[in-house]
Amino acid sequence: MALWHWARSRLFGGPLNSLLTIAVLFLLARGLAAFVDWAVVRASLTAANARQCEAAGGACWAFIIDWLRFILFGRYPYAEQWRPALVLAIFVALLLVSFARLLPARMLAAVWIIGLAVVLLLMHGGVFGMPVVETEFWNGLPLTLILAVGGLGAGFPLALLLALGRRSQLPALRALSVAYIEVARGVPFIAWLFLGLIVLPLFLPPGVVIAKLWRAEVVFTLFIAAYLAEVVRGGLQAIPRGQYEAADALGLGYLQRMRLVVLPQALSLTIPAQVNTFIGAFKDTTLISIIGLFDPLQDVNTALNDPAWRLAYVEGYVFIAALYFAFCYLMSLYSRRLERRLAPARR
Amino acid sequence: MSKTGVSVRPAPRRARLWHDERARGVILQLAVVALVVGLLAWFAANAVENLRREGIATGYGFLGREASFAIGVALIPFSPANSYAHALLVGFLNTLLVAALGIVLATVLGFIVGIARLSSNWLVSRLALVYVEAMRNTPLLLQIFLWWDVLRLSAPQPRAAWQPLPHVFISNRGVYFPVPFYGPLDLWILLAAALGLAAAVLLRHRARRRQELTGKRLPALWLAPALVLLPPIAVFLAGGAPHLLDLPRMTRFDFAGGESVTFEFTALLLALGVYTAAFVGEIVRAGILAVSRGQSEAAEALGLRRGQVLRLVVLPQAIRVIVPPLTSEYLNLTKNSSLAVAIGFPDLFSVGSTIANQTGQVVEVMSILVAVYLSLSLATSLAMNLYNRRTALVER
Repeated sequence: MALWHWARSRLFGGPLNSLLTIAVLFLLARGLAAFVDWAVVRASLTAANARQCEAAGGACWAFIIDWLRFILFGRYPYAEQWRPALVLAIFVALLLVSFARLLPARMLAAVWIIGLAVVLLLMHGGVFGMPVVETEFWNGLPLTLILAVGGLGAGFPLALLLALGRRSQLPALRALSVAYIEVARGVPFIAWLFLGLIVLPLFLPPGVVIAKLWRAEVVFTLFIAAYLAEVVRGGLQAIPRGQYEAADALGLGYLQRMRLVVLPQALSLTIPAQVNTFIGAFKDTTLISIIGLFDPLQDVNTALNDPAWRLAYVEGYVFIAALYFAFCYLMSLYSRRLERRLAPARR
Repeated sequence: MSKTGVSVRPAPRRARLWHDERARGVILQLAVVALVVGLLAWFAANAVENLRREGIATGYGFLGREASFAIGVALIPFSPANSYAHALLVGFLNTLLVAALGIVLATVLGFIVGIARLSSNWLVSRLALVYVEAMRNTPLLLQIFLWWDVLRLSAPQPRAAWQPLPHVFISNRGVYFPVPFYGPLDLWILLAAALGLAAAVLLRHRARRRQELTGKRLPALWLAPALVLLPPIAVFLAGGAPHLLDLPRMTRFDFAGGESVTFEFTALLLALGVYTAAFVGEIVRAGILAVSRGQSEAAEALGLRRGQVLRLVVLPQAIRVIVPPLTSEYLNLTKNSSLAVAIGFPDLFSVGSTIANQTGQVVEVMSILVAVYLSLSLATSLAMNLYNRRTALVER
């Protein structure tokens, strides 16, 4: 009965609405049927090349199955690929622990730092009989995650400083912060990556060489920090004057006032915007493929260079899209939950 | 020893300075500025030393030299004999072109998506949500690659070309579409349209004055489009209706006539438009939701019709919320157009990186690119601040 009522109001309210519903249902049914036919019914899980899949008339998942380890781990030495696999497991565990909020914040930070140290140790090797693997071969999904997590972790403190600087009474600090934020945000990320890749070595003393991965990480960190700083500034601006004045009246100094009164409110207020920035930054990690680092997208493009699989590009890109979608969508769900949890306190 | 027995000994100088908030601020600023200047000076010294070692000349003199590379897509005539500066201009115009068309596409699609998200029809709003989530949670670069590969790998022979719109063809040779012939009557038609537009603006102004004075409404809403459209049509017919579109036609092996664009351009444009539309849609939705229900209820209580409520009460208020984030989304699209470099469309950034590779003048070329993108975005945010100041709600 309730369902009937709901359908009456939300699907068949008026002749135009009913027509729309029927048209959409028709198109949806046809689209879904075609998709299932392609992705499941006619799909090939085993095939020697894309032509054979084409003959079957469906998706060529055989390409993904054949190249899965290369797409996930790139050129990491084949025999050692249990290490990046373990790294992925560690990242998933860390994310789950964070999402489930099993630990208090301070413990969580410590767990993340230890986790990252283990990740770097595993990837690099050189201890416990693990052969050393240079950063050039840290490819695929672990690369994306290291880049994203490292960039966010290092970018966040910098963003706090920049946001506080932009809101500061001190003119020189304010000017520097504004200049940094505007310049960083005004230019496309890919331009900064090129700068980091080609121009940064020029600015270092002769003979100092930093691996490509770490150069990309530095650029990524500096770039995210500018965007996060603007988000945090929005939060700082939203805190009513009374809060600052009350903190003053209690005799708190600048640092105490910010740490105990203003920042906790400003940060929790801007959680959705922060997560949106995280998601944007996470998607932006794909741009490192343009400067020749092997993230999953570059791995797929490399695999597609194999003439046998050239036509399986849809399957390759759909697989990568699904990977990114899973991460980003989970993040946005998490942010929505946090927002709801914090909402009643804010009022 | 003083007579009162109270000796006021000044505190040690350092400690006193540290407790003076002003002095502390000055010290902090000096330290930070010194750090930044020192870092920049160190970078500069290293750069000078590195360039000297590699024997690279600095300066912008290379801009006048012959480019000696071809550019596939150019809005103004360009040949390899032209200068590097000319090549950069061609790239800049390509960036503007793809950004402008992308903005139009994203806006049209985005408003449709935003309104669909608010539809009372459950299926329609869910469908729009699926679109938004799919676009927002997958990387743009991936979408560009997908569009590009669909076009260049899966497009059929010209004989079996796809036809997404009448007279628009997609084959493995490119994308073909009709363009109007250029004729001597064009100028007169444009002039007639301009006159009609001026008349419409005048009419609207008069109608408003008259409504304010007498309370009577002129049917300006219906008259205005007629005034803009009818004169050019009349001129067109009076001139013997000579115009026809230059339609692409199938010849033996390929299409002739019309205009064509490359797959790179098409893929970039579609990806940018379709991706950004999801963000525009969310902005439009948030803008409309930001207008409180009380506003439309009050308007209905005043006896306004549904269309009037939307046009006179809701939209003007929603626009104020929509425009600032919309502009920054347009700016994002423009910056994202630099991903052209991944598929080889010659926009400003990919032309610039070609030049940097060819000449080795990386610092100079990058500085030009940074300056161009930065001035675009600073100009936009300046305009936005002005707009905000003009339209911001004035509260007590």
